[in-house]
Amino acid sequence: MDRRPPGALLQRSLMFIYLGLFILLPIAAITMASLEEGVTTLWNSISSAQALSALRLTLVTAFIMMIINVIMGTLTAYILVRYPFPGKKIMNALIDLPFAVPTVVTGIMLVILYGPTSTLGSILSGFDLEVVFAKPGIILALLFVTYPFVIRSVQPVLMEMTADTEDAARTMGASNLRVFVTVTLPALLPSILTGAALSFSRAVGEFGSIVVVAGNIPFKSQVAAVYIYGELESNNPQGAMGLSVVLLIISFVVLIFLNLLQRQKWLTGGQS
Amino acid sequence: MNMSLKKSHHMGRWILTAIAVSWFMILILVPVGGLLQKLMTQPFAEIYRSLQTATAARAFLLTAKVTFLAVAINMVMGILMAKVIVTQKFRGKLFIEGLIDLPFAISPVVVGFMLVILFGPYGWLGGLLESVGVKVIYATPGIVIATVFVTLPFVAKEVIPVYQQAGLQSEEAAQVLGASQWQAFWWVTLPTIKWGVIYGVTLALARSLGEFGAVLVVSGSIINQTETATLFIHQQFTDFNYTSAYTASLLIAAIAFIILIGIEWLAKSKKET
Repeated sequence: MDRRPPGALLQRSLMFIYLGLFILLPIAAITMASLEEGVTTLWNSISSAQALSALRLTLVTAFIMMIINVIMGTLTAYILVRYPFPGKKIMNALIDLPFAVPTVVTGIMLVILYGPTSTLGSILSGFDLEVVFAKPGIILALLFVTYPFVIRSVQPVLMEMTADTEDAARTMGASNLRVFVTVTLPALLPSILTGAALSFSRAVGEFGSIVVVAGNIPFKSQVAAVYIYGELESNNPQGAMGLSVVLLIISFVVLIFLNLLQRQKWLTGGQS
Repeated sequence: MNMSLKKSHHMGRWILTAIAVSWFMILILVPVGGLLQKLMTQPFAEIYRSLQTATAARAFLLTAKVTFLAVAINMVMGILMAKVIVTQKFRGKLFIEGLIDLPFAISPVVVGFMLVILFGPYGWLGGLLESVGVKVIYATPGIVIATVFVTLPFVAKEVIPVYQQAGLQSEEAAQVLGASQWQAFWWVTLPTIKWGVIYGVTLALARSLGEFGAVLVVSGSIINQTETATLFIHQQFTDFNYTSAYTASLLIAAIAFIILIGIEWLAKSKKET
């Protein structure tokens, strides 16, 4: 029998054309455009004080978000899988809620809640804590939009892992904390890292929620994506080029990391 | 001794659960509740009127059109890509899988910028298309292309694992029994990957209803022409028209939420029976 039907080649070619046209071509176009004026011009647009400050703010807020997400996401996945409690089904269904909320709407909701005219906002400003148009607002927005990533990555692994090993360690006298750190955590690590990387890459590029909640204040609340948008708005694509290329490189690095992680997970899964 | 140990164990459980649930409520539910509460303090007539404008109607209609087109394209191409990835062996497969994942990792603003470079009047394709009278940037085609880009991975990502699990035996068996390749796919494979397709389409729908950054850059946000629902919300919010901004926000989030949670719920109940 013919093992390679003629349709296969056609389908594969269609896929190549589709991916080539929609993904490779735009990336090639921005790469060429960024080098058009020479590497020095590109470097200058990256190393301007304002661009560097925006990039630093982006990385710092994304990093803080990631640490919080790793801890709270793992904890949430753990209680959702292991502990019974009233309302669990509803909570489990609502975990994906942030995927349904448009990013602009996320920003608006945070301004309603923490804005200077709100009750909470005025209380917080009494403590000298500014949320909107400041770093805490950015981090809150990032935490909202990335909330499901770590949970949804850890949950299925935890479900497949029966409580047997944990129980065995516990009967042998290990404390709960010790069981979690020595037995559960190592098994969950690849999925935690996957969730962390996904949320980090989402956060580095986040725009809609941040532009609403933090605005566009240079050196204070302006993140990389908002900086790029500002440069495009003021008709300066050359200025937008630098950070766009940096964000693209970060995307590639995260993807390669995720890919390696996937293969690692597959390897250890195959051995056990 | 054993009793007290058990008790402390329960105590620990209770505390951990309380922390995770409170975190979820403060971070996710309270902001949503805040929006609902804000709307409830407005007179109903004003809420109703705020979306009765032609601008609002056009924005929602444009979002509906764009979402339909982008999701339809990605449903067909997503199934095709999953089929090729699962059933065929070829060089550079890992690279292709990476390419499919890429749109998730790229900032929406950068997506928009790349498309402006490519399809703008001086771009490789922009000049070509403009000479035959097709305007992409600052027009509807650009919005569709941007939405296709950001939702490209969803269907393929959801279908590939389901397809892999289903295996190829039954499809091959059907072909041995005389079914054509197309028939075998339509009658044997498609029913088994159905839920992967549905779930991928749902996620793509939610994302394209809510897409903002990429669309903002390519559309130029021309009121009544290239303004989608999310651009409308942003415009109303920055113009201090809070009632219509909040109403439209709630409407679009509710639509996406009902689709997303509804399908998830349906899938779960189908799988259990």
